[in-house]
Amino acid sequence: MLGPFECFVWLLCTLLEAGVVVCAVRTRSFRRYFLLNVYMGLSFLVSVGRYTVLRHSGVDSLEYAYFYFYSDALLTIGLYFALLSLYSLVFDEMKAERYLRLGAFLLLGATAWFSYEIVNQSTHRMLTHFAFELSQNLYFVGLVLTYVLWGAIFKLRESRTRLIQLVLALGIYFSAFAANYALRNLYPNLQPVWHFVTPLLGCILPATWMFAFLRVPEEARLVPARLAVVPR
Amino acid sequence: MTAAIIFVISMAALLQFFISYCRSLIAASSKQVLSPEVKDVTGIQKFASGEDFNRVMQLLQLCPERPEDRNSVQAIGAYFKILNFLRSTVARIVPSMQVWTELERGHCAYFAAVALERRISFSRDMLAQQMDA
Repeated sequence: MLGPFECFVWLLCTLLEAGVVVCAVRTRSFRRYFLLNVYMGLSFLVSVGRYTVLRHSGVDSLEYAYFYFYSDALLTIGLYFALLSLYSLVFDEMKAERYLRLGAFLLLGATAWFSYEIVNQSTHRMLTHFAFELSQNLYFVGLVLTYVLWGAIFKLRESRTRLIQLVLALGIYFSAFAANYALRNLYPNLQPVWHFVTPLLGCILPATWMFAFLRVPEEARLVPARLAVVPR
Repeated sequence: MTAAIIFVISMAALLQFFISYCRSLIAASSKQVLSPEVKDVTGIQKFASGEDFNRVMQLLQLCPERPEDRNSVQAIGAYFKILNFLRSTVARIVPSMQVWTELERGHCAYFAAVALERRISFSRDMLAQQMDA
């Protein structure tokens, strides 16, 4: 069963996920950031689903492991499309949506094929292994794509504060998870530490997105050059 | 080896995204003018210095917390610690870095003063609601 800390983090994260959608609806931004909200709504449902499966079957059960990995792969694909919707917003005026969509499907297909090739070499539990491998690879692709998008924001002098904060929050989330995955591989014996760190990292995205929807008005603008780490 | 490389790359990206995110929070608050009473309480007139930050944070902790600004205040607190670290290490060798960290520390203090202003008005609203009830 979950301990008090895990319960607290689960509850916090689930409430934040619901909070993002509620704040987006309240600030009339739901349609504009539709895929972001779909992802957060999906995350909320998955959080509730995971808790239900965990209560019925236990944390060490096969049912929970299957549900966890398949839902994680589904969420990562959802987040990938949410990121692409941010691309659409940044490149809105260039009317490049068709090319973006084509590129996105090609990249998703290439990542799935790469994951399949890795999994093809192992012999058992192929589908579960594939789901795990796909989400791990998509996290890395997501990090690279967010970095490219951040570069495009600079180049195109995008000034919408809310959009910038949504992209930066996504960048923090992806890079924190990529660092977490790498550290877990480097120090697998520190499992008790990762047990606490990983769920906390999951709260970053809903907390920052909720802040962006709640506190930053859609019409707020800033000069992107002011955000550069190296002053320009 | 691959994990170590991924770790270094992702930490560099994380640091860059985090600093830019904090600067976007600061930029959003820098346009707000402080009220005369917050100026009196904090001692900040037009520009804040890095030395003001801890004092303003102490004042901030005296006010009831607003759930919506908790994360941003924590993020800026972490950013201020990073700046302090840079100031005591890299900035000693690179003089331009010294100027930059001091400027950024001042922006952090101004952000905290703006957060204080919001919390004070939040407390007032709550008090007014209680009086009405």
